[in-house]
Amino acid sequence: MLSFDDVVARYEPVIGLETHVELGTQTKMFCGCPTVFGAEPNTQVCPVCLGLPGSLPVTNKAAIEATVRIGLALNCSIASWCRFARKNYFYPDMPKNFQISQYDEPLCSDGYLDVEVDGELFRIGIERVHLEEDTGKSLHVGGATGRIHGATESLVDFNRAGIPLVEIVTKPVPGIGARAPEVAKAYVAELRDVIRTLGVSDVKMEQGSMRCDVNTSLNKLGETWGTRTETKNVNSLRSVERSVRSEMIRQGNILENGGHIIQETRHFHEDTGESTSGRSKETATDYRYFPEPDLVPLAPDATWVKELKAALPELPRVHRARLTAEWGLSALDMQSILNAGAVELIEQTVAQGASPEAARKWWLGELSRHANERGIELGDSGVTPSQVAQLQKLVDEGKLTDKLARQVLEGVLAGEGDPAEVMAARGIEVVSDTGALTVAVDEAIAANPDIAEKIRGGNQAAAGVLIGAVMKTTRGQADAKTVRELVLSRLSN
Amino acid sequence: MATISREEVAHLARLSRLAVTDEEIDMFAGQLDTILQAVARVGEVDVEDVPATSHNVDLVNVLRDDVIDACLDRDLALAGAPDPFSNRFRVPQILAEGE
Repeated sequence: MLSFDDVVARYEPVIGLETHVELGTQTKMFCGCPTVFGAEPNTQVCPVCLGLPGSLPVTNKAAIEATVRIGLALNCSIASWCRFARKNYFYPDMPKNFQISQYDEPLCSDGYLDVEVDGELFRIGIERVHLEEDTGKSLHVGGATGRIHGATESLVDFNRAGIPLVEIVTKPVPGIGARAPEVAKAYVAELRDVIRTLGVSDVKMEQGSMRCDVNTSLNKLGETWGTRTETKNVNSLRSVERSVRSEMIRQGNILENGGHIIQETRHFHEDTGESTSGRSKETATDYRYFPEPDLVPLAPDATWVKELKAALPELPRVHRARLTAEWGLSALDMQSILNAGAVELIEQTVAQGASPEAARKWWLGELSRHANERGIELGDSGVTPSQVAQLQKLVDEGKLTDKLARQVLEGVLAGEGDPAEVMAARGIEVVSDTGALTVAVDEAIAANPDIAEKIRGGNQAAAGVLIGAVMKTTRGQADAKTVRELVLSRLSN
Repeated sequence: MATISREEVAHLARLSRLAVTDEEIDMFAGQLDTILQAVARVGEVDVEDVPATSHNVDLVNVLRDDVIDACLDRDLALAGAPDPFSNRFRVPQILAEGE
């Protein structure tokens, strides 16, 4: 069995990514139905998105604008004229028996996105950005796995059918060898940040508003590209990396044993990190694409496109460069923040009043450790930037020591509320009442006369014993620095 | 010469999930061939100076604002479905195991 390292020593991977992003428009692509996530089944439907006879689609202007802005942010050319096309297939997830998509005339094409991995820049080519309508959601009943194969029947909810969906397709990415899994993840993360910055989608992978298919092939060094597979159902950044890695290992072992890779769709399983074979893919001709006769062509006005380009917000890479300077960080510091997925979290924590150093310390320290231990994204730990800022404020005000602050954070992570609530509920506070501390210090001096004598004689290092005794009687809730000052002042001549 | 083969008819039937017998394939291949040959006559017209079009109305950018319209009441939406269940459209098996 070849390991990942064995595979990349013998084979060169080529990857490609297709990312679907549900736009955050108020209404669907071709009708005025709302797009609220999680609504009761089949309550956001109308004759158009149910494909009832006689209904006609009308294109949502906001969806066109959002797609053009995505294209511009990805350095694409915007088509001066293009059409929608019908993609025909028999699945019941579209009630019309076809999906309105774009085929050979995408709205945006031929761009790129620059992605950094450990300080190295990778320019990922963008083949196309096109607009289509999302499908309904099917619940497969009667099969062992909830999957379509072997199910005896399916229940369809068309609330999602017709929501504008942008598909972003990269050009094949060769020449990245062992970095392929990391580059794939970094690309999806950067794309997510770009789209979030544009404000056109909430890009939540766990809710399915951003979904990723990963194409992978291997070839012997110096030979032509191999047969590719397409892994679907890759629904987190972590899984993007894992799916490329596991597919490279799977293909490498097949090739090494003299086998052939079958061009097929594979399904990624979040729990095992492995994929299983799906159906062999229908070819493009099987979809019998043809220009959508119910819609007139799109012809984005050049002046309008120019205006949209001029109004693009500061994009993530530029934004990070500015933050790096403002926060006084090195490029390497920023890279570790980026790798941890902490840029926005730290930025929001700073906006809530914490210093950049303190914000960075919490997110890359305790909170990253917590997220890693649980295999979750940093932003999903349940702690908000505001809570981190509150915690740091309590430290800055001397109401918590670093050590106590970590205990409070545990409480916040456990869902016990804001830092102040955790302090109250757990009875955590710094003993800052010098009266009570002085009593504790005096008791410690009385209990350790020989140590006290040494300190009186000028041996300040001996104070540690008395500080330790005081911390013990105050159950760790005193500030060690204050105790030290008290001990020394009580024993000064 | 036939413009559509038996294999193409069988392939189209599979894509459309239509169960057709061998006899039916022969019958449909013959019928489709007649239709395709009739349509093929359009190709004989000289269109060298005529730009291709996909729509009979010469318009572009027919767009609507992103404003919510009324939806169908759910009972009405499901009224035309032959076998609704649990407020959803129930459909028969889509893919068999191993398909």
